Amino acid sequence: MELALIIEKFILVVVIFAVSLGVAAYSTLAERKIAAFLQGRVGPHRAGPGGMFQPLADGGKMFFKEEIIPAESNPFLFIMGPSLALLTACIGSAVIPWGQSMQFGDRVVELQVTDINVGILYIFGVVSLGVYGIMIGGWASNNKFSLMGAIRAASQNISYEIAMGLSLIALLMVSGTLSLKDIVEQQHGFWNNGWFTWNVFTQPLGFLLFIVCSFAECNRTPFDLPESENELVAGYHTEYSGFKLGAFLFAEYVNMFVSSAVMATLYWGGYNYPGMDYVFELLGPTWAPIVGIAVLFAKIFFFIFFFMWIRWTIPRFRYDQLMNLGWKVLIPLAIANIILTGIWITIKDNLL
Amino acid sequence: MESLSNRKKVLEQKPMNFWERIYLPSIFKGLAITFRHMFVKKETIFYPEQTRPVSENWRGLHSLKRDENGRERCTACGLCALACPAEAITMTAAERQKGEENLYREEKYAAVYEINMLRCIFCGLCEEACPKEAIYLDGPIVAADYLRKDFIYGKDKLVEAPLKS
Amino acid sequence: MNLFYFVAFLSIFFSLLVIFSKNPVYSVLFLIVTFFTFSVHYILLNAQFLAIVNFIVYMGAIMVLFLFVLMLLNLNKDTEPMKSSLLKIAGVVSGLCLLLTLVGAVKSLNVSEPLILKDPGIGLVKNLGKVLFNEFLLPFEVSSILLFSAMVGSVLLAKKDPKKI
Repeated sequence: MELALIIEKFILVVVIFAVSLGVAAYSTLAERKIAAFLQGRVGPHRAGPGGMFQPLADGGKMFFKEEIIPAESNPFLFIMGPSLALLTACIGSAVIPWGQSMQFGDRVVELQVTDINVGILYIFGVVSLGVYGIMIGGWASNNKFSLMGAIRAASQNISYEIAMGLSLIALLMVSGTLSLKDIVEQQHGFWNNGWFTWNVFTQPLGFLLFIVCSFAECNRTPFDLPESENELVAGYHTEYSGFKLGAFLFAEYVNMFVSSAVMATLYWGGYNYPGMDYVFELLGPTWAPIVGIAVLFAKIFFFIFFFMWIRWTIPRFRYDQLMNLGWKVLIPLAIANIILTGIWITIKDNLL
Repeated sequence: MESLSNRKKVLEQKPMNFWERIYLPSIFKGLAITFRHMFVKKETIFYPEQTRPVSENWRGLHSLKRDENGRERCTACGLCALACPAEAITMTAAERQKGEENLYREEKYAAVYEINMLRCIFCGLCEEACPKEAIYLDGPIVAADYLRKDFIYGKDKLVEAPLKS
Repeated sequence: MNLFYFVAFLSIFFSLLVIFSKNPVYSVLFLIVTFFTFSVHYILLNAQFLAIVNFIVYMGAIMVLFLFVLMLLNLNKDTEPMKSSLLKIAGVVSGLCLLLTLVGAVKSLNVSEPLILKDPGIGLVKNLGKVLFNEFLLPFEVSSILLFSAMVGSVLLAKKDPKKI
């Protein structure tokens, strides 16, 4: 590997890391603001203009609060839980293509950390690891509520992973590749050969299943049973305080950001937008990708908004409803979606 | 069982139809409702700058009134302390000296007048008991503080500001 | 090559820790780390698909279930129930048998020619899929039927017998 490539990737990694943490930090503000707006309130507005510096205040508070490690807990695992949660949340963004390749002079820079040819499976693996942080943290707290939260998280994540994977398989059958870069390239533009190029128009049911499952994987309402505050105090983070609690909360928002990015990439065309070829000609290969990045981020922010919108609209499911939905509705639907997609592909290849 | 009052209503629980069972239409309905709320008038009152209008018979912080010449009305008769069901009021009476006629209206006045705001229940009985119309509960709410002793309000906080001019 | 020895050392080290740690939860966590090192091995062999599948299936699903079960057990009791001496003797005998087999197997080893893969990309998803669905189609489908029958069996076992209720 040449040095320039290493430097380039290093810068990209740092930027992505900083951006995902920044987005996560401002998601906390956005969550409070959106909650306020949806409820006819104003929300935090004292710190800075329109509450701009509220995340800084919250973060500072998290840092300076007293950290308590319960006496009967397992200190090593107690610290490892939130660290693992934050780690698994952050590494998911490594395979997401953030934009078209940019051209600086004669150098082409790929806006993706790594284009491994099992990209989707990688994201899937990272998501499946995400539950360990919660489980270990909940168990190490040595608290019954935390343990209940951890167990709920484990069973919920495993159940919804299956439906998520099955809903993705139909998408993979259409696209024929596991690499996220290729999937995005296939969705180039907006309209081609008399049909939309974005996958959501060919896989609407798959997208619906995927978004429901990603709500469950992020432990967001209506699937936030692991931390349901009215029955389990705060679930797996009952015993946590200070920045370890902050890491758990932060991991949730980073997860939201990454899964929004995955949804935008897989189903909503990633950095593609209508009329992108025209813009590419107009701005040239250096500046046109910036527009693509902006479009991708607009999609991501819409999905983050959607996460919050849902949170303040739908009440939490009961546990048996959650399991029924996962096993008796989503998985059969996903399998039906696979079969339908298979039939459709066969018809398209043989008859049309 | 037979209903005696004949007011019992038997509610029929119909089985949900297909659209109700897949739950998605109601989710979208709910989303539309919450989205509409983004544009309604915000109900927030920015408290320290704005205050909520209070009713006519609102009872807040006590104030010891002055008369039209700026003299304290209170004569330290102790009726308010007697009337107080929460035993929140104490006072020490003193005799008006020569040259203090512009300060105190009566010949006896309260040298110390203390109300414990943690005991006070804001019932307004002191207001009714006062023969001199000296105490009224017309102030704002009592501010928060850190120490219990700071909630014992003396004359410095209770007496109305002296008249201007 | 050095990387291989380092990762191999790590996998052996963590698998020993799996056996020697007293707390079953620690055992499971070390087992997860061991599986992670296996994934690294697969990546070193350029078998990306296998690595990721190992990651998802073993680390992400099976070990979560192991941990799930262990968390439900009451692990505060440190004392293990005393095993009967018969069991101990049986354990020693079977352990010695295993040791004998291992020693015999190691003894009969001889250094083989280093195997050179004709196609270094054999572990990639595309090639693997082609091989699975052409050459090994029958075993693949048979194993899927096996898994399916296991699934049906477990559902049948979990279901309550309607007659007995």
